[in-house]
Amino acid sequence: MNKRLSDPIQLVNLREEIIASQDPEQVCITVCCGTGCSASGAGDVMAAFEEELQKQGLEAKIATRRTGCHGFCERGPLVVIYPKKIFYQRVSVKDVPEVVTETIRKDNIIERLLYVDPTSAKKIVYEDEVPFYRYQERLIFGENGLIDPTKITDYIALGGYSALAKVISEMKSDDIISEIKRSGLRGRGGAGFPTGKKWEICRKEKGDFKYIICNGDEGDPGAFMDRSLLEGNPHSVLEGMIIGAYAIGATEGYIYIRNEYPLAVKNFSVALEQAREWGFLGHSILGSDFSFDMKLNRGAGAFVCGEETGLIASIEGRTGEPRPRPPYPAQKGLWGRPTNINNVKTWANVPLIINKGAEWYSKIGTKTSRGTMIFSLVGKINNTGLVEVPMGVKLKDMIYKIGGGIPEGKEFKAVQTGGPSGGCIPASLIDLCIDYEELTNVGSMMGSGGMIVMDENTCMVDTAKYFLSFTKEESCGKCTPCREGVDRMHHVLSEITAGRGKEGDIELLQELADYVSKASLCALGGTAPNPVLTTIRYFRDECEAHIKDKKCPAGVCKALIQYYIDPEKCNGCHLCFKSCPQGAISGELKSPHSIDQQKCSKCGVCFESCKFEAVILRR
Amino acid sequence: MIKLTIDGKKIEVKENTTVLDAAKKLGIYIPTLCYHSIIKPYGACRLCLVEVVENERKQLVASCIHPVSEGLKVYTNTEEVQQTRKMTLELLLARCPNSEILKKLASQLGVKKVRFESRDDDCILCGLCVRACEEIVGIGAISFAYRGDKRETGPPFKRAASICIGCGTCAYVCPTGAIKLTEIVDTPTQHYWESPFKKVKCRICGDYNLEPECDSDLLKYDD
Amino acid sequence: MVTKYISSVEDDIVGVESLLERYTPNPEFLIAILQDLQAEFHYLPKQMFLLVAEKLGLPLSQVYRVATFYNAFSLEPKGKHLISICTGTACHVRGTPRIVERLQDILKIEAGQTTPDRKFTLQTVNCLGACALGPLVVIDGKYHGRMTSAKIEKALKNHEQETQ
Repeated sequence: MNKRLSDPIQLVNLREEIIASQDPEQVCITVCCGTGCSASGAGDVMAAFEEELQKQGLEAKIATRRTGCHGFCERGPLVVIYPKKIFYQRVSVKDVPEVVTETIRKDNIIERLLYVDPTSAKKIVYEDEVPFYRYQERLIFGENGLIDPTKITDYIALGGYSALAKVISEMKSDDIISEIKRSGLRGRGGAGFPTGKKWEICRKEKGDFKYIICNGDEGDPGAFMDRSLLEGNPHSVLEGMIIGAYAIGATEGYIYIRNEYPLAVKNFSVALEQAREWGFLGHSILGSDFSFDMKLNRGAGAFVCGEETGLIASIEGRTGEPRPRPPYPAQKGLWGRPTNINNVKTWANVPLIINKGAEWYSKIGTKTSRGTMIFSLVGKINNTGLVEVPMGVKLKDMIYKIGGGIPEGKEFKAVQTGGPSGGCIPASLIDLCIDYEELTNVGSMMGSGGMIVMDENTCMVDTAKYFLSFTKEESCGKCTPCREGVDRMHHVLSEITAGRGKEGDIELLQELADYVSKASLCALGGTAPNPVLTTIRYFRDECEAHIKDKKCPAGVCKALIQYYIDPEKCNGCHLCFKSCPQGAISGELKSPHSIDQQKCSKCGVCFESCKFEAVILRR
Repeated sequence: MIKLTIDGKKIEVKENTTVLDAAKKLGIYIPTLCYHSIIKPYGACRLCLVEVVENERKQLVASCIHPVSEGLKVYTNTEEVQQTRKMTLELLLARCPNSEILKKLASQLGVKKVRFESRDDDCILCGLCVRACEEIVGIGAISFAYRGDKRETGPPFKRAASICIGCGTCAYVCPTGAIKLTEIVDTPTQHYWESPFKKVKCRICGDYNLEPECDSDLLKYDD
Repeated sequence: MVTKYISSVEDDIVGVESLLERYTPNPEFLIAILQDLQAEFHYLPKQMFLLVAEKLGLPLSQVYRVATFYNAFSLEPKGKHLISICTGTACHVRGTPRIVERLQDILKIEAGQTTPDRKFTLQTVNCLGACALGPLVVIDGKYHGRMTSAKIEKALKNHEQETQ
């Protein structure tokens, strides 16, 4: 059957048909099948539901849907039951029969599966009331929970591809670019360059062949929002790209997805096939004289391929080594032709702007940073997950209202934003409003949206060293400052954390950091010193404690800490003795034990094993 | 033609001229390492960095590859430029402490002390050997391998490449003399990246060339 | 789990050639081809480099350059069990380095290496994007979340027993 739509009216009719065939009152069990929940067994939970529904003869009456990531990863596997949107969290296969019997059949709520608000101790039944979601504005990400990403009809039913239809029937390239410019949309991948301006530059370049690329090489450790969008709502990104291609005059596009995201690769490939089938890609899209198609390239494990020119080199089959600019990719990009590259989230914002208008969009966020941003809130935080908020939200609210605060009642110390290119923002700046300029002013950056929360037991010197070891590993090695400079900075920090820091180390780090940021060939090297610079700026005391006092206040750096057993608390249960891999613990059963510091490797196994808190960490 | 200013001196050059070439025309010296007049510029060693003001924006750029633009202002010897040059050299010297050219540049630019632990390398990874083999000789017998601080140059698997014709261009362009080409008169072999080749007579001119004896090893299953 | 090893060169060259048939002989497909080979053989045997170079009209050095640049490719055969530890920032602040050290201690190899008996390969990987489960250890594709240095030895032993 030829499904290919040959004009926008057919799309409208198709949408009406699909909606008509759906019953909004039908009970539908949705299970989040993003990578996080899948790793916790969501696939098994879904299979259990399908089996149970059959067993109870309900399979014709009750619908099921595998959806993309809902964002509240800490609480997966997540099950949301429509139409009421009953929210069950940490659902296991064992719970499934009861859910069907009690909730589906009898409308009874199973209390133990509900989310409990830690402050009010109240049990929350409906998804929209869960504080994690209530304070968000999920304009882009909200659809993830409503669709099966492998079914284009789900996307169409929600209004998908109506922006593309609007563009093709009513708008010229200049109109579209003007709309994107007026919306104030800025690149969501890192630097925040105005998207409309970027498109305009590429549009103006002469040439019959232009390319657009989606940068899906989300390499910042701790960031997984691009992955969740590609897995959970690939058509939203695709639609944005087709609109962009139309506006810029590109005939071919590429999406570059990280190798470590197999589900994203799979779901996006399915989306491409379906889009071709229905005529959103290929020749004469929706009956117009606009033709465009796309290829999918997988990354091969190199963070530097997230850099524009490195990414282009990788698509060309070469090593991902960046090159100096000018010429910029908009002028000479893929195979020397004008190329426009944008991040996954940037493309996903486009259909929204076209549908709702630049004026509506520009009212969200702050003066310089419009729209919403999707952050990955991870680390020492109660509510780990993906959060979409308007630009300008207070850091305080991210951490406490949405994030639910720090686990185990520990003290909030810092938040790291922008990945290895960003910096650490200390607790003293908790009233900061999060937007591009505010983050840059304090020495960090928005980056891709990673937000790593740290508590009193995170060592900031160790963290700086960690980021440098990452950059060192990922450096392409082409230019002297990044290859040699980052390595030497890392060495200084390693010496400091090993207890061999010396007077003048901080000054040397500062000098090297300034040099590497100015002299590097690309932004990987250019931003690599940022974690070090913010650590020196905001946590100088902690650095000096390591260097002068040979102490690690957070209790992390092995060379500067010691484990010992408190004889008052130790009851001689012998558990640590058995667990110690170095045989460093001695003691008779039922008598206090002790650790031989010469043999102790500071692995911390005894500290983790002791049930009586008798093993003490001395900093 | 493009008009620009370097260190206060005005000059007019053709479009697509690099800042380095424009500076040379004015007799202004900018030190380089990975640059060679007949090989495409690379911009990797960063020794040739100069300060430019373009569209009211100030930045440091690699003069060997940065194209001139109308109204460009270039400063080749500011305090910042000098500091940056010195640090580049200091880091390279720490890597290759015995290199004559680095020692010479160090004394020229005033690098008196190397504050980093010395390594024992000869290669500064300028890539001239690789780029010459690819662009000038047109063979690509050697290339870069690995990345970051493990980056290196040489033939694949560190074994003699059969397509190498022993022209010695790589040794010729190498600024530090890291590539050693020694001819042993008794037996007709050339030592090259520690992989001995066997020479055979060229079919055409009768002179010596290299025998692709090594590649067949790659098809044998060995470990 | 790696079950396929190169047994005889002739078979594999034929296998590789048929894999290469799927692609137009264009240098842009070098990375994709190497990815397919890596997926098929779990590493890139030296013997294949020449075939790929010839097919794509590239110098051998270029194939070697790309194969050694990207983390996805391995020039050494992997072990029977692949242990991947996520070293993303979120996992790091939750204590991954201790787990890495513990594993290095147990297996007596460094991260990136394979045990001499070819049983285990230990590797660190950049963020897998499942930060809520951190610290995360993946053994043969199976995710073990909220890992600690105290629990890892048992998790490894259990896995070995289950997959016997």
